[in-house]
Amino acid sequence: MEGFLHQVFSGLATGGIYASVALALVMIYQATHHLNFAQGELAMFCTFIAWALLQAGWPYWAAFFATICASFILGLLIQRILLRPFEKAPVLTNVIVFIGLLVIFNSLAGWIFDYTIKPFPSPFPKDAWYVTEYFSGHEIGSVGVTLCVLLVLYAFFRFTPMGLAMRGAAQNPDSARLVGIRVSWMLAVGWGLAAAIGSVAGMMVAPIVFLDPNMMSGILLYGFAAALLGGIDNPWGAVLGGFIVGVLENLLGAYVIGTELKLTVALVLIVGVLTLKPSGLFGKVVVTRV
Amino acid sequence: MKSYDRNWMLVGGLVLLVALCVVPFLVKNFRVFQFNLVLVYAIAILGLNILTGFNGQFSLGHGAFYAIGAYTAAILMDRFGVPYWATLPVAAGVCFVFGLVIGFPALRLAGHYLALATFALALAIPQLLKYRLIEGWTGGVQGIVLNKPDAPFELALFGQRLSPDRWLFFFSLAVTILMFVIARNLLAGRVGRALIAIRDHPTAAAAMGINLTYFKSLTFGVSAAFTGIAGALGAVVVAFVAPDSFTVFLSISFLVGLVVGGLASIPAAVFGAIFIQFVPNIADEISKAAPWAIYGIFLIVFMYLMPTGVMGLLKKMWARLRPTGAADAASGQP
Repeated sequence: MEGFLHQVFSGLATGGIYASVALALVMIYQATHHLNFAQGELAMFCTFIAWALLQAGWPYWAAFFATICASFILGLLIQRILLRPFEKAPVLTNVIVFIGLLVIFNSLAGWIFDYTIKPFPSPFPKDAWYVTEYFSGHEIGSVGVTLCVLLVLYAFFRFTPMGLAMRGAAQNPDSARLVGIRVSWMLAVGWGLAAAIGSVAGMMVAPIVFLDPNMMSGILLYGFAAALLGGIDNPWGAVLGGFIVGVLENLLGAYVIGTELKLTVALVLIVGVLTLKPSGLFGKVVVTRV
Repeated sequence: MKSYDRNWMLVGGLVLLVALCVVPFLVKNFRVFQFNLVLVYAIAILGLNILTGFNGQFSLGHGAFYAIGAYTAAILMDRFGVPYWATLPVAAGVCFVFGLVIGFPALRLAGHYLALATFALALAIPQLLKYRLIEGWTGGVQGIVLNKPDAPFELALFGQRLSPDRWLFFFSLAVTILMFVIARNLLAGRVGRALIAIRDHPTAAAAMGINLTYFKSLTFGVSAAFTGIAGALGAVVVAFVAPDSFTVFLSISFLVGLVVGGLASIPAAVFGAIFIQFVPNIADEISKAAPWAIYGIFLIVFMYLMPTGVMGLLKKMWARLRPTGAADAASGQP
């Protein structure tokens, strides 16, 4: 029982990270109806920015917030410069551009910061007051950070005019444009937010998996699985999906199939959700008119 | 197509064939090995093009079928002593079945979701190949080392012996030509038109009596079989298979080859294959990371400037340069 609980709780901790990635994916999906295959690599690259700042002697939280700002701007610029010409392009074009971005960020990180595996510090001390038998300091800290991100996003979308404009632009672009919302810019802000959320996920996961250019590929897959499970158009569902997937992954890894097939579990989850319940647990069922 | 066009194409084709037969004896053995890989990649990209270019179904996971084909061939040769040429049809069959298995859920997935499912497949395949329970067959992380087959007869041209690599060049060339002819015959007729109709407007295609389920899953199977043959041939040519050579980046490089060569064109696969074989080699000299950066940049730049790829550019140039009949050449293909 002790071991079982331990697995559940550490699953919740990794689930928090999947939840952040899923949240970032949902942000972009809601705004543009595209699945962002480059999300993981973007997050990895931002984590490298944080690492560089830390190496330069910045205190952790200063580097943390500076990275979030930098990734917001990076996401914004990517949308403005690279993706805007493809706003109306077919799905295939967009998928190819995303894959191009994935490859570019991966090799750029390898080029600038090289491929050696680097340790990344955790801001949460091992002997803090909130450390319990089941949760390590970093685990409880990353869950806390995920919840904070969720809360901030909720407040942003619920209580600010900008959030309202973004929701309008996502829901009905034409009408939003008519009432004076700059829809294309709202998409860019959506990208910026997604990049910022992704960078938080990257900085939270880097102390666990260590920092290298390929660290996010598995996590991205679990993020997708989480987002699909919760419903790709529902942020709350995505977060819940993240926690479910995290716990599921840990329990399956510990008791059923071992750790060697973790990615296959994600594959089965993705294909399973997509074929059996494409709208996920909490998503809207989409009906298209022919 | 006018009759003199056909004659010129025949002559051109013959000249090309003779040149291809002589070239391996003019260059170093290592170059021949690289040409072999070009042929292998051309088949793989052709398989992907049938699925994505002609039928409009995404796959970011064709590296997985390539891996399955390669492992089928390697296991057959290593454990059962099957001759190398006999592994190709088996690999095709195995991959066809796998393609159907993957393609069946793919029927319910469209666009992004199919891309995602196949992307997940591509990420998961190296782990699956390393799995403990099948280690006895796959050789685990170490993979399987094979022997290159010797040429069945002695031959020397320009003072160069018919080495295993040179022999494999002719073998691969024969297989490649066969696969391209099969693809052409498949796509030029009724089936090809059905596939394109499904790509362009599934509902209208269904209304015209095309069985979507049948054609879409079959296309997935055929496409996987093509890529599986490429994988088997690749295993023979390289004489080595290991899980880490079939990462998600292999699938991405097929995608790069597809985009650079040009979608929905059969000969385009050759240009794509030349690109993914030689450009990384040149770029490698700048930095270890450079090939992939260049791939990424090419993917995006091609989407901006040349969405029809090299083949589209060639067609446009041909239509402009040719004095007569320019109009019908330009309107021939999308």
